[in-house]
Amino acid sequence: MPKVEVRKKLTSMEEIFHEGGPMASVPLRRAVALAVIRNPYAGAYVENITGFMDDLKPLGLEMAQSLIAALGGDAKAVEGYGKGAIVGSAGEIEHGALWHVPGGYAMREVLGGAKAIVASTKKVGGPGTRLDVPVTHINASYVRSHFDAIEVGLADAPRADEILLALVMTTGPRVHARVGGLKASEIKGEDGLR
Amino acid sequence: MKAKIRKIAVFVEETLKEMDQAVNPPTRRAAAVAVIENPCAGRYIADLTELMDIGEELGDLLAQRAVAALRIEGPKVESYGKAAVVGENGELEHAAAILHPKLGAPVRKVLGKGAALIPSSKKRGGPGVPLDIPLGHKDAAFVRSHFDGMEVRVNDAPRANEIMIAVAVTDSGRPLPRVGGLTKDQIKGEDGLR
Repeated sequence: MPKVEVRKKLTSMEEIFHEGGPMASVPLRRAVALAVIRNPYAGAYVENITGFMDDLKPLGLEMAQSLIAALGGDAKAVEGYGKGAIVGSAGEIEHGALWHVPGGYAMREVLGGAKAIVASTKKVGGPGTRLDVPVTHINASYVRSHFDAIEVGLADAPRADEILLALVMTTGPRVHARVGGLKASEIKGEDGLR
Repeated sequence: MKAKIRKIAVFVEETLKEMDQAVNPPTRRAAAVAVIENPCAGRYIADLTELMDIGEELGDLLAQRAVAALRIEGPKVESYGKAAVVGENGELEHAAAILHPKLGAPVRKVLGKGAALIPSSKKRGGPGVPLDIPLGHKDAAFVRSHFDGMEVRVNDAPRANEIMIAVAVTDSGRPLPRVGGLTKDQIKGEDGLR
């Protein structure tokens, strides 16, 4: 199977103190890890691509660990997550789908077994394309306060034969969450939904 | 703190490859961005002292954050830059008041030195506007390998009554510099130029 060639990485962390309302007692933190890799399948239709998912696992783990580090080092502080991919123009959307398994596996691994499906999105695009990566609660997808999204992207990626891979994590609800619904304190955390 | 900060974002970018050539060691750069309320938004205010004082606070805070994100000592920083975007209810002069009179001294204190002018850019814009922070060698502006720029953006900033301020630092120049000129090992670092 092709080896994973990383051209560039980006980690970023946002700390939100307020959004026009009361100052948060604990600021919300939201972190992003991006990796720009060569798309080994760019330029031609390749039928069997599944093996690349395993190849991506070490990179996924490294990105998930860098998110925890950016958020302060404690995996227990993480409450929300999401993932995404932007495939360069010489690739197909299916290549982005290769990220579902290794990206999700990596975050569950470093979080010690999160229950909820990892919210995700992907598209084909050129350098500078922005992707709104959805975010949901790590143990119960219906927790309304944790529905969020983080915009990610890089000015010079993905080039045509590249894929930009994204993982994101957050430490809590939206800064002024107040639209009701299931609360994080009410979840059972068994089925990944409630 | 005089500055009313809504949000702080920190970005670290690492380039490992360019045109299939390994970049070894990878080039690394970091930017710290603060989104603050513009106390002068919406009307003409002749005296911009308050913004100048905010610039001094932010110089220290953002330089500390950016250097910490690179995980190096301040004196190991090789190049730097600063930039600001003023939301639509402010004027360009507000960015100038923050960036130019007082922001530089605390940045240099964090870095131990910084004989060169800190390259800067500014503009007025809306949420999500990309900010291109110019970069130059911190002790000798003519070091050609370190002429560069770093793009950052925060999707929800600046709002109309906000200002977004960025300080960027690097531990290196461009990924594969080869256009000649003064090199970093030739500098005297006294006059800030060579």
